[in-house]
Amino acid sequence: MSLLELKNLHVSVDGTEILKGIDLTVNAGEVHAIMGPNGSGKSTLASVLAGREEYEITDGEIIYEGQDLLELDAETRAREGLFLAFQYPVEIPGVSNTYFLRAALNAIRSHRGEDEIDAMDFLALVRDKMKLVKLDESLLKRPVNEGFSGGEKKRNEIFHLAVLEPKLAILDETDSGLDIDALKIVADGVNSLRDPERSFVLITHYQRLLDYIVPDFVHVLIDGRIVRSGGSELALQLEDQGYEWLETEPAQAAGA
Amino acid sequence: MTSTALRAETGVFDTILQSATHRPAPELLQNLRERGRDSFLALGLPNRRQEEWRFTRLDGIGEKIFEPPDVVAASIDISPWRVNDAYLLVFVDGIFSPDVSEVSGLPDGVVVSNLELATASESNVVSENLGGLAGLEGHPFAALNTAIVADGAFIHLPAGMELERPIQLVFVSGSEGRSTISAPRILVVAEPRSRATVVEQHLGDGGASLSCPVSEIVLAEGATLDHIAVQEEEISANHLAVRQIRLAAASRYSAQAVSLGGALARTDIGVILDGEGAVASLDGLCLVGGDQQANTHLTVQHKRPHCNSHQLYKGILAGSSRAVFTGRIIVDQDAQKTDATQSNRNLLLSDGATVHSNPQLEIFADDVRCTHGSTVGRLDEEAVFYLRSRGIARDQAIRLLTLAFAGEVLERLPVEALRERLETVIASRLAEMADNPEGA
Repeated sequence: MSLLELKNLHVSVDGTEILKGIDLTVNAGEVHAIMGPNGSGKSTLASVLAGREEYEITDGEIIYEGQDLLELDAETRAREGLFLAFQYPVEIPGVSNTYFLRAALNAIRSHRGEDEIDAMDFLALVRDKMKLVKLDESLLKRPVNEGFSGGEKKRNEIFHLAVLEPKLAILDETDSGLDIDALKIVADGVNSLRDPERSFVLITHYQRLLDYIVPDFVHVLIDGRIVRSGGSELALQLEDQGYEWLETEPAQAAGA
Repeated sequence: MTSTALRAETGVFDTILQSATHRPAPELLQNLRERGRDSFLALGLPNRRQEEWRFTRLDGIGEKIFEPPDVVAASIDISPWRVNDAYLLVFVDGIFSPDVSEVSGLPDGVVVSNLELATASESNVVSENLGGLAGLEGHPFAALNTAIVADGAFIHLPAGMELERPIQLVFVSGSEGRSTISAPRILVVAEPRSRATVVEQHLGDGGASLSCPVSEIVLAEGATLDHIAVQEEEISANHLAVRQIRLAAASRYSAQAVSLGGALARTDIGVILDGEGAVASLDGLCLVGGDQQANTHLTVQHKRPHCNSHQLYKGILAGSSRAVFTGRIIVDQDAQKTDATQSNRNLLLSDGATVHSNPQLEIFADDVRCTHGSTVGRLDEEAVFYLRSRGIARDQAIRLLTLAFAGEVLERLPVEALRERLETVIASRLAEMADNPEGA
């Protein structure tokens, strides 16, 4: 059974169709990159997967671990192992990074029927995981993302990912706004979290993230349709030739 | 004077006024009562045609007959509210309860006692200050308080005295479920360079009572007072408080006012910065639901140069509750180099709640810095979604974000145990509201 399966997914916002029939299959342990020009529907796809409510699913389905994902609210999806790294991580004044993360981890553990994590164990876990993305310890006590630099916010997302250990992580333009050093740190963090039991969907405009996180599959999304799928070499081709040559391509089925 | 018409309005208080006159008290209090009575009868009850009372609904206060206070013990157990280490004075319906009060171990020269006792032992300080600040002229409920005052708390800090342990003042209203009226009084006189922390708490004991406390706080040069005022009266009670503070040069007054209870809770605060370099920090938080009203009317007068005042008032509203914030900053012509800030932020948890936010700046000096801001809004849905997307349930996310909103005021509370207890109280109140956001 595949981890995630999108079948003929059609999504509209305020009556405008954004996704026009997406088929995609992600198996355990795979890394998929979804690339495309601005306005192609990449972030809509990420938002729909994470459970944002302002989208209307007009046709098709999303099957996650054999269940209808669209039946689950956002928090249940997260507890079932789905994680979205935000393109624009939200500042939460007054809620410390660790407090938030502990509440999230305990919500997930409680969903699995596990006890709340012990305070000392949590601290050890957090200290361990923050090294993955070279996050400064002072950012633990600070309110979530408040006053963080752009790079710190993105690293903080990967740090959350590392602590919450999802089965499926969707990274929505995590590379945007990062300089090359920060990009490498984020990529190293993600690579160290690659696991046969964990899948990634990387949503990106640029190929450069994929120099550091080499995907198993690359899909090109244009005007709400996957027009081409291939291996990591497809990303290099896009780097050379841009998206124009694909913009007249008919949609094709994608997946592994 | 059309006293008959006014008498009709205040008629429901006749019995109370009568019984106060007959309650034995030191001459000082007797005289004060007479002044208060005259003022109250002249003023009458306020109505909404008066600018100061436009947004306050005094539903029923002019019609309902409240019982005079009686010497009874409260039936509630105040121990959960007890601040460890604090000197404690307890009043039930405005009457001192010596049995549950505890002031042993006070340093020499510090007086923490009930007012009646202090009128004898500290008659000079009391007579010089009592009724000196709280304007009997303008405020009907200050006048009512003065007319029927039975007792209150008196704090005198001698020069240079820095009191380590906080002073806790507990006022229980509506004892044993009765609809009583109480008129507690607080007088704090801090001599030069003295310092103390005062925790003032208003609790309910089941009755749909009316309490109208009046506080007068006089800070001499270089004195520092931290004042935490928590109002947790019954949801059916009325609480109309008046608080007046005068600051001499280089003195500091820092206050956190937390208002949770009461059908109607209104606090009028007047701060006079009356000496160079005085600083007043005034923070407030109210959490209301159902049909509750919470009103704060704050007047800060800068009379001298180089004084700072900062106001941060936050409101959290659910149900069809209403909050009013009127923040007036007056900068006199002499008060150059004034730095005054005012911020009023309100969070609406329901569609039915309303906020009136009225900043009023009256600036007569030219070299000053005055800023004010006022916001009314809902929780940031993007923030709620961010929390949910990490596994936190929607209602918990709302509670967490709302507590964080409150946290900005609560974290300034200098008494940790009290801060923690308030966080728990507010969290559980928010949980109740989450179950019924439009009605809670």
